[in-house]
Amino acid sequence: MSIRGVHISVKDLTHRYNSKCPLTFEKVNIEAEPGEALIIIGRSGCGKSTLLHIIAGLLATTSGTLLLNNEVVKKPSSRWVMMFQAPHLFPWLNVEQNVGIGLKFAGWPKKEAQARVAEAIGLVHMEEFAKQNAQNLSGGQQQRVALARSLVMEPELLLLDEPFSALDAFTRTALQKDVRSIAKELGINIVMVTHDIDEAVLMADRALVMAGSPGKIMHDIRIDLEDPRDREDPAVQSMRANLMQMFHDASHVPSDDDPSDEVAADGDMSTLHSV
Amino acid sequence: MSTNSTNVVTAGVNIDAPEKANPCSRIIKTKGRSLANWVGGLLILGALWWLGGYMLYINPDTTNFADFGPIPTFKAFPHLWSDGTIPNALSASSYRLFSALGIAIVCGIPIGILIGRSKVFREVSNSPFQLLRMVSPLSWEPIAVIVFLSWNQAIIFLLAIASVWPVAFATAAGLAKVDPAWFKVAKNLGANPWHILIHIILPAITFDILTGVRSALGVAWIVLVPAEFLGVTSGLGYSIADARETLSYDHLTAMVLVIGIFGYILDSSCALAIKKFSWHHKEEP
Ligand SMILES: Nc1ncnc2c1ncn2[C@@H]1O[C@H](COP(=O)(O)OP(=O)(O)OP(=O)(O)O)[C@@H](O)[C@H]1O
Ligand SMILES: [Mg+2]
Repeated sequence: MSIRGVHISVKDLTHRYNSKCPLTFEKVNIEAEPGEALIIIGRSGCGKSTLLHIIAGLLATTSGTLLLNNEVVKKPSSRWVMMFQAPHLFPWLNVEQNVGIGLKFAGWPKKEAQARVAEAIGLVHMEEFAKQNAQNLSGGQQQRVALARSLVMEPELLLLDEPFSALDAFTRTALQKDVRSIAKELGINIVMVTHDIDEAVLMADRALVMAGSPGKIMHDIRIDLEDPRDREDPAVQSMRANLMQMFHDASHVPSDDDPSDEVAADGDMSTLHSV
Repeated sequence: MSTNSTNVVTAGVNIDAPEKANPCSRIIKTKGRSLANWVGGLLILGALWWLGGYMLYINPDTTNFADFGPIPTFKAFPHLWSDGTIPNALSASSYRLFSALGIAIVCGIPIGILIGRSKVFREVSNSPFQLLRMVSPLSWEPIAVIVFLSWNQAIIFLLAIASVWPVAFATAAGLAKVDPAWFKVAKNLGANPWHILIHIILPAITFDILTGVRSALGVAWIVLVPAEFLGVTSGLGYSIADARETLSYDHLTAMVLVIGIFGYILDSSCALAIKKFSWHHKEEP
């Protein structure tokens, strides 16, 4: 597969669900080069999923612009594909058919589709399960299939909304490595949302810290670490501590929210991966 | 009828989930036992029937009706088959039944999808549909006879109106259980509304549609016989009415048996189709 990334340009993006709701987030600005992996971290409710849905074209903006390669995003497209927290596989299809469904929508000829499906299944190491019913896979395997289902569309941008949060630690670590290496290999962009600071350090080229209500991007940190990244590596550890500090500080920037709440959220973060 | 076939299905599911130890012999044992139970149940029914016939026979007041018993009935079968009574009745009735089911499916699935997908349609249509559903299909007969050109059409209409509700409501209920995330995923992968209908909604609710068709078939099969009592000169209902008028009681029970057996076969086929086409909790082969 030969895919290239996309230039992302988000300018003054503001969103509100409806006139009765407060702003979800305000004046969000993001610029990213083709092939960059952005990880957005922030506490619950600051609008991360909403932002991702907007970038995917599944939600409309309230104001501001969103350009992917200088094109305005108005609707979903196979060029920017989103992967959700749950795999949401179609249980009446087997693994292959699940992976191929996007190509079916796009009207691909059967033979070419098959070849591409096989390739995508290979990327996520699920070859031996190709004919299995999707319902009989483990959570991690299902999430791998969901990843293949997104990759088969040869997207320029892969959007991931806490895709590993329901998985056990071992599976999660394996998938974090795989997603990063696949994205690097294909040269595609990643925008991923997570609650997990470790995940951000292990997977990001840049980590964006989002906080406040309405949400804002408080920090934009470049993470220049060598691949493959190892949790025990001192450089990783110090970056993690660094990021944790920034996250903590960001949460204490005066906002409409009750600050004690945010301290609690921080506490959560630090215990998440102490094991 | 439906209870019987449910048992068959349940037994089938058990067979598919063999225990770890020595699975082969277990499968054979379970299969053998359920077959024995199946035959045993039929034998008990046959014995009760025989007993009933025998009591009619020994009572001087009812000796005339002894032909209701199993032996005269089975004796009547070859004749009823070779003179065409059974094949003709079956083909006439099947034609009406399947035309009506076809109409019910073609109308019922879209109605069900509308109920399931459109809140306005659901709210507006709810009370009219509930009201119409509660009208016994046979009570439409006088109106149907006036409206339609032939009795045949009128009967098909009666069966269709009886079977459209189970299909429509089962479709709507199936849709209500569909995971909304599937629509989001599909859209995200570039599906248009037509793709969503064909590749997501329909496969997701095949099980519910087939369940609806199975209950529709049950209802239609029950309505069929009384609907054929009047106006037509073919079909199972007609054969029953005819046998009664000619006092050929062995023919009458033979036709009753045909109705039971054929209905049982239809219902079991539906149950098999449901099992084959549903994706719910599918076991690995
Ligand atoms: N459909 C909706 N209608 C109205 N408000 C919504 C809707 N969806 C989310 N919100 C609100 O918008 C805000 C941001 O929600 P969002 O799901 O984007 O947060 P998040 O950062 O992804 O949180 P989490 O980390 O818990 O997933 C929340 O306050 C939420 O209550
Ligand atoms: Mg979220």
